[in-house]
Amino acid sequence: MTYKQRIDGRDFDETRPIEAKVGVIKRADGSAMFKIGNTWAYAAVYGPRNLHPKFLQDPQRGILRCNYNMMPFSSSGERVRPGGSRRSKEISLVTEKALLPVLDLEEYPNSVVDVFIELPQTEAGSRCAGICAASMALADAGLNMKDLVCAVSVGKVADKLLIDLDYSEESYADVAVADIPIAIMPNSGKITLLQMDGEVKKDELMKLLEMGKKVLTDIYEIQKKALKEKYHEVEV
Amino acid sequence: MYRELRSHIINLLNAGTRLDGRKLTEYRKPIEVENNIVKTAEGSARVKIGETEVMVGVKLEVGEPYPDTPGEGTIIVGAELLPLSNPEFELGPPGIQAIELARVVDRGIRESKALDFRKLCIEKGEKVWMVIIDICPINDAGNLLDAASLAALAALNGTKYPSFDGEKVDYKQKTDKKLQLEKMPIAVTVIKIGDKFIVDPDTEEEMAIDARLTVSSIEDGTLCALQKGGDFPLTMEDIDKMLDIGIEKGKELRKYL
Repeated sequence: MTYKQRIDGRDFDETRPIEAKVGVIKRADGSAMFKIGNTWAYAAVYGPRNLHPKFLQDPQRGILRCNYNMMPFSSSGERVRPGGSRRSKEISLVTEKALLPVLDLEEYPNSVVDVFIELPQTEAGSRCAGICAASMALADAGLNMKDLVCAVSVGKVADKLLIDLDYSEESYADVAVADIPIAIMPNSGKITLLQMDGEVKKDELMKLLEMGKKVLTDIYEIQKKALKEKYHEVEV
Repeated sequence: MYRELRSHIINLLNAGTRLDGRKLTEYRKPIEVENNIVKTAEGSARVKIGETEVMVGVKLEVGEPYPDTPGEGTIIVGAELLPLSNPEFELGPPGIQAIELARVVDRGIRESKALDFRKLCIEKGEKVWMVIIDICPINDAGNLLDAASLAALAALNGTKYPSFDGEKVDYKQKTDKKLQLEKMPIAVTVIKIGDKFIVDPDTEEEMAIDARLTVSSIEDGTLCALQKGGDFPLTMEDIDKMLDIGIEKGKELRKYL
């Protein structure tokens, strides 16, 4: 079976419409909003700040702590029970690992940088949206960073390789689907998040990573533009 | 430090003004109420009062009625003080502040009979609609209580039933049938600092509170829920004045719905 045309009419290498904004949560040290299609993420950064309990402290460097959470009404199905699931804990972990390589926390021993990601509305690709928002929020917080982090999902539906699967594609019945969320540091091209559900051949995966990288340079530009816009407002 | 801040706030109040130049019983501006902002919820709203921002989403589920009210559906209100919205909030199960927030919002809706629970009945003793209201602050710059109550009502006001075939709810299919609101209860929290009364405290003012009274009232001024908070007692005269302020300001806030 072949997948001739995407359900929502997009090109195979086209993302859903993206919206990004920085500085949306005034009480946070840094914050951002990232929307891709119907998936909507907020991120807030607090810190570097004191870390309690004390035994978690690292005298060599600050630590990064991420928490990913879906709001109870954010799923198109039943209400999501608050309090975190195994899924949200795992996503918090991989988000942390996706962001850590761009940070330099040696200047902040015994401290923590907290990143809170909240999703009011989701429809596939929520961890990637969360990572995009979080990396902008970290930059907004004024932390030393080597690079931003940009994330998107790539994948395969039936015989087609494509970018940014939406929910109907992710859950396409009767055909083979692979969903591969990735994150890269756009300047070095290095990959900081790589997961996969489904089946692909090795050469297809390598091709998908190339496709993803290309699209992520566009997302990088959107993130940079949003960051610049906030500081432009301050100048005026 | 709090003592200095408090005496500064009191000096300002005695001069008839506040840290940000507002009058004592003036809400921050702008007040914004946006409906149906979340497609995945059956109803939703975002309320901004000054820099305070709260989102509320409504999900509808089918469940069994309570044995003592077999012909009535019910509401469930949850609040999570997201650590994203305030540096003081921590991860973990809802603390006492979150529980109080949820319960005050719950009582305003329940006791005013804003929803006729009998209309939520699908099959007596078997199946009823449960209206689940979740409060999520995005930015807590003070006065979450009033913002959350307003957002909950706005969210309910635009809620549409999903389709239900008698067995399963199909959340992808929303019907045109709206949840019907019988009353419009509005919560106004009146704050006492020293011998002065204010509404809509910001973060600094919240630190200086002696006592607070949340007054929920409906269109005709009937009171439907109250909650006293803060460490200091109130006199009869205090309560008299605070109720007047609460009812009057409630009329003002209701216009934003």
